Amino acid sequence: MVELPNGFRGGDGMSWKKALIPLAVLPLIGLLAYGFTTDPRAIPSPLVRKQAPPFTLQVYDGKPLSLEDLRGKVVVLNFWASWCYPACYEEAPVLQRMWQQYRDKGVVVVGVDIQDTEAAGRQFIDRFKLTFANGPDPGGKIAIDYGVYGVPETFVIDRQGTIAYKHVGAFTDRNVAEQVAPLLAP
Amino acid sequence: MIATIGSFGLFLGLVLSVYGAGVSCLAARRDRPDLLASARRTALVLVGLTVLAGALLIAALVTLDFSIRYVANNTSRGTALYYRVTALWGALEGSIILWALWLTSFTALVAWRYRARHRELMPTVLTVMFSVCAFFFLIMTVPASPFARAWPVPPDGRGLNVLLEDTYMFSHPPILYLGFVGFTVPYAFAIAALVSGRLTSEWAIITRRWTLLAWYFLSLGNILGAWWSYHVLGWGGYWAWDPVENAAIMPWILGTAFLHSVMIQERRGMLKVWNLALIILTFAMTLFGTFLTRSGVIASVHAFSQSSIGLYFLAFLGLVLVVSLSMLVWRSDRLRGHGELEAPVCRESAFLLNNVVLVGICFAVFLGTIFPLLAELVRGVKVSVGAPFFNQVSIPLMALLLFLMGAGPLMAWRRATLDHLRRILLRPLVVAALIGVALYPLAREYPSALLTFALCAFVLATVVEEFWKGARARQRALGEPFVQALGSLTRRNKRRYGGLVVHVGVALLVVGVAGSSGFSLEREITLKQGESMDIGRYRLVFRGLDATRESNHDRVWANISVLNQGKPVTELQPARKHFLRDNQPISRAVMRTTLREDLYVILTGADVDRGTSLHQATLKVLVRPLVLWMWIGSLVMTLGTVIAVWPDRRAAAAEAPAAAAEAAVA
Repeated sequence: MVELPNGFRGGDGMSWKKALIPLAVLPLIGLLAYGFTTDPRAIPSPLVRKQAPPFTLQVYDGKPLSLEDLRGKVVVLNFWASWCYPACYEEAPVLQRMWQQYRDKGVVVVGVDIQDTEAAGRQFIDRFKLTFANGPDPGGKIAIDYGVYGVPETFVIDRQGTIAYKHVGAFTDRNVAEQVAPLLAP
Repeated sequence: MIATIGSFGLFLGLVLSVYGAGVSCLAARRDRPDLLASARRTALVLVGLTVLAGALLIAALVTLDFSIRYVANNTSRGTALYYRVTALWGALEGSIILWALWLTSFTALVAWRYRARHRELMPTVLTVMFSVCAFFFLIMTVPASPFARAWPVPPDGRGLNVLLEDTYMFSHPPILYLGFVGFTVPYAFAIAALVSGRLTSEWAIITRRWTLLAWYFLSLGNILGAWWSYHVLGWGGYWAWDPVENAAIMPWILGTAFLHSVMIQERRGMLKVWNLALIILTFAMTLFGTFLTRSGVIASVHAFSQSSIGLYFLAFLGLVLVVSLSMLVWRSDRLRGHGELEAPVCRESAFLLNNVVLVGICFAVFLGTIFPLLAELVRGVKVSVGAPFFNQVSIPLMALLLFLMGAGPLMAWRRATLDHLRRILLRPLVVAALIGVALYPLAREYPSALLTFALCAFVLATVVEEFWKGARARQRALGEPFVQALGSLTRRNKRRYGGLVVHVGVALLVVGVAGSSGFSLEREITLKQGESMDIGRYRLVFRGLDATRESNHDRVWANISVLNQGKPVTELQPARKHFLRDNQPISRAVMRTTLREDLYVILTGADVDRGTSLHQATLKVLVRPLVLWMWIGSLVMTLGTVIAVWPDRRAAAAEAPAAAAEAAVA
């Protein structure tokens, strides 16, 4: 049988202070709920506002491309993989559009295919008819130098060779407008 | 077809759980045995529904029914049959079915086992258990349905997470969940005690075996997790203080504290509020563990998926804590213990210290685990708390715990004079000192390891002495031969002597941990075909590479000959698996195990030099001493638990007088 607690009758059953004990749990729950709003994977890059690490990319069907060759242009360096679904698949058309729209304005789009096989990478490029430079990263050296944690990640490098912005996740048209376009001002 | 029946079955499970909870609650208020009988039958039906859901999902997995999203995400055409079955608990939705299976089984077991006893407690016990069932069925019905459809139906699935393609996949999650779910039972009885006002130690005595078994499975689950980490993840380690590892060890720590402090309550009627609070927190920790793994709130190697169920778990966790603690506060006036600490040195104070230390360790681990969240909230920075913090905090406390583990069982209840203590501890301490001296030349540079070895020797010596003294006494008094005396000694007090055997197991495990933490050797090297490298007493010669194609991955391995001081010892073949689906190769470490050490080899890179077509391999080689003793220790713990849990021949008759005596004392 269940008893009714004294406190409900207004007697001297429960002291106020004791009633606070269960409620002390709530701030902890609040803290954990705060955790829903954060993304533990969104790690800020220490490379922002620093010189972009140099690299040489063995472009598929092309000459090797190094970062020094591109000094003076705005470089959008995109790390992707053929198995990175759906984000890389969403951003590929965005990147291709950006390349076609801005190549005459001094923007170079470079894609680095990491942890992938050549066949799968080429298939990806053909599928989205990408015409900007893409190449593999055997040994993962370029990815390591840029502190790439996952795919896709995109680094926007300004004309002076400084990393202006790092984007984790699919690159969108809005990112193009907000992060790339402003750098084009001479 | 499968999906429809499955989803409906789970929804029905939700409805029936709510019905079961309602009916049991009514039975509690109105003393209606017929309602209780209905609840019992409902529990059985729930088990049936869960088994059905599990069987349906396994059928879908085995037949590769990609129209079900869970199947498409966790299997592929190349997945072997064994892994199709274990994919049941490979990801969130399926593993909740596993949890529900254990939970409904325990509910039914509790309902039927105690159907003729504990009339005042059982209705509320069942209310609580059905409520927890309802929560998990809710999870399976709304946010995490295992039978959700995939549209359009993909031609091939994504395959099982490559890290889970391991022979021991069948063991770690089910056993760990047995531990988690097991603690639901003492928790339900604790709440029933609070609600019904039967505030003696009755609830703790009834659930003694449940607590011990839940604790054991939680221990084994964690050990299996460490084993999996050691031989699958390929970094040569078994514990990284990863947030999800911490989430599984914290209920274990609190459960260990509870297991011990309950004994004080039984013997002396003390610590009633403490024990109730402890079991509430232990149960809450089991929920917190699942919350942490599934909510994506903290980054971890275990965070295989992220979904909205985090919100559900958090809400339920909050509800459980607020309601349970409120009830505890409400009853706290009537929970005054009637015993007192009579002397500073006695078994009670040893247990008390044990509890304080364990709860302290748990608090530190908890703080370290949620600290990244706290830091981000307060300072907006991303930090991570790693092994150094946890090691620094827990190792000194664990040393103290080791000492208590040895000395505690030797102390008398109520009062143990220092003189008495000195006499009984003298021999084990001497043994410990001798071990310390003997190992000094080897372990000079690792004082903490040396201390640990000495303390483990101390524990072993105390246990040997206890068995020896007890058996000798029986031999002298009853004329039994020594071995028989040992047997009957153990049989007469299974809890005590089983517990001592468990302590031995823990000490052996700690020996393994101490040996492999401090004294490991590590080398990374790239070898061309025919070259060799030396590490410790071993020489490894790289003979060449081989490759093969399996159903869903390519496998490259290196042939390594191992020599020990010139004599060939074994051939090892560390491999790299290149999964066609993931394009992320994973290494398959191999090891050669002896009592003394493990030789652990990982193939981190394999290449064929284009010019000379010579094979090349990059190896990471570790020598890890005494690792085998960890697994031996866990076997001994198993033996000890079996002894402690073994039913007495006249168990039923013994329980009734015990409970009555307890009621009289309270």
